[in-house]
Amino acid sequence: MSNNSILIIDDEVQIRKLLEITLTSNNFKTSEAINGKSGLLLAANHPPDLIILDLGLPDDDGQHILKKLREWYFSPIIILSVRNSEEDIITALDNGANDYLVKPFRTGELLARIRTALRLSQTFNNSSVFEFENIKVDLVNHLVKKNDEVIKLTITEFSLLSLLVKNEGRVLTHSFILKEIWGIGYVEQTQYLRVFIAQLRKKIEDNPNQPKYIKTESGIGYRFITSKNIIP
Amino acid sequence: MAIFYKIKSKPYQYLVSTLSIIITSFICYLISDYVGYRTIALVLLFVVSLSAILFDIIPVLIAAVLSAMIWDYFFIPPHYTFHVDNTEDALMLLMYFIIALVNGVLTAKIRKIEKLSQQKEEKLNSVKLYDTLFNSISHELRTPISTIYGSTDNLLNNQANLNDENKIKLITEIHKASERLNRLVGNLLNISRLEAGHISIKKAWCNVNELIHSVINSLEQELQKHKIKIAIDEQFPLVKLDYGLIEQVIVNIVYNASIHTVENTIIAIEVKLDHNTLVILFSDNGSGIPDAEIDKIFDKFYSIKGTSISGTGLGLSIAKGFIEAHNGKIKAFNNEFKGLSFEIKIPLTSNEIMNLNAFKNEQ
Repeated sequence: MSNNSILIIDDEVQIRKLLEITLTSNNFKTSEAINGKSGLLLAANHPPDLIILDLGLPDDDGQHILKKLREWYFSPIIILSVRNSEEDIITALDNGANDYLVKPFRTGELLARIRTALRLSQTFNNSSVFEFENIKVDLVNHLVKKNDEVIKLTITEFSLLSLLVKNEGRVLTHSFILKEIWGIGYVEQTQYLRVFIAQLRKKIEDNPNQPKYIKTESGIGYRFITSKNIIP
Repeated sequence: MAIFYKIKSKPYQYLVSTLSIIITSFICYLISDYVGYRTIALVLLFVVSLSAILFDIIPVLIAAVLSAMIWDYFFIPPHYTFHVDNTEDALMLLMYFIIALVNGVLTAKIRKIEKLSQQKEEKLNSVKLYDTLFNSISHELRTPISTIYGSTDNLLNNQANLNDENKIKLITEIHKASERLNRLVGNLLNISRLEAGHISIKKAWCNVNELIHSVINSLEQELQKHKIKIAIDEQFPLVKLDYGLIEQVIVNIVYNASIHTVENTIIAIEVKLDHNTLVILFSDNGSGIPDAEIDKIFDKFYSIKGTSISGTGLGLSIAKGFIEAHNGKIKAFNNEFKGLSFEIKIPLTSNEIMNLNAFKNEQ
């Protein structure tokens, strides 16, 4: 593991201590900010490889800090907050957060999310073929194979799978997927998503009721999981 | 109800009590040829008594004075003057006046006493509820805190005497205790959201199949020692529900079943659409609960007598609240497998059900 630098923006000293111990013991370099203002300053002066941002900051709302960071900072930002409502999570993801974890969190889960986010941002993947265990997706030739057998997908099913695969490990909100696949007029039409996710699972999952690849993020969206981002 | 609220408003009371006297007097005036003026006094007194039951003391006193004056002026001979000719009528007028006043004052007094005793009872009830709440919360909070405090203290100050196995045991207990605290806080937040009426339903299209399976998958660890059976049609239509709330309901009911039943107990979940009603039936073959306690299990902080299992006593009342927020109903009953069943019924409109066939031609 390289010594990636992580900036922690959180006003709670106990959380900062916990994160510092967890991250440094996993070979990350950490820096800390106790409020939004100093977080913005620190991020500008020494741009880190990743930022862990709390939403309940004493001087400014974390969502606002997130928006400000996103004006110029393009590396991953992971939200770590006690706020667990669907609205807060969706807003943060729409504001450009790469991922969202609710406190209390499992440190193993946080590390897995950090590694996924860093991997996605640092390795420029221009390959058009993705392979995960028994699934192979060829974006150029519109070909999907499961256990070396070709699976027939409709056009929509294929676009949906491509979108998920290209964002492997990342949670995609309902409205984002609907906008990308069906168009801007469809962001409220979750029925399409529900139906096509079910169809896609039937075709690519071994057991569609216990999906291994396409995970439901309740009330938020879907996440394509592979062995690379499985939590220990 | 609206009419009672109106009656309570002050100007309305003055208006109605005065008007009722004037109208009654007018009617009496029309029939005064057939009815003696002393009977009319009784009729007016009756109207004042009625006002006393409905209104505050001042409008009643005004009605009393007004009616006495009207009676004197229009009905006691000689008419159209306040002058009273004979002693008998004067005495009657005085008596009328006193009875009307006493009537008003007494009724007001009775009402005041009634109100006081009602307030006292309410206060007593709220103190009782507060005590239960307080005891349960402090117990529920202090138990895991004690575990964490004790274990960490042990780890910090008794390092030398602990072998690795015991250290891991203590750390596991700390982990479990924090999970319990987190669950309790979540439950307390939900229950206070419910009580404050802050639950707003956001219905969206749900695939119930996906919903049920995803909840069960998320409870994998908790359900390790139980057998889960899910019966739902693969082509079950999409329905409009608040995904998050219904998810919480299913989690609470299934988790409740898992902690109150022994290993290898079957927990079955069956989903049906009965006309336009979504029916979810949860059944286990555990040991059920005494019939006498069945209605109480949805009460806050209620746990079955004689059980040592520490639930928060909030899960089922939250489930009930969330179902009722969907205008639905939830009931519990002992089933034919000697276990406990929960039946949820959520009414839907035909616009909230979408058959999967509708998507047959979508590419």
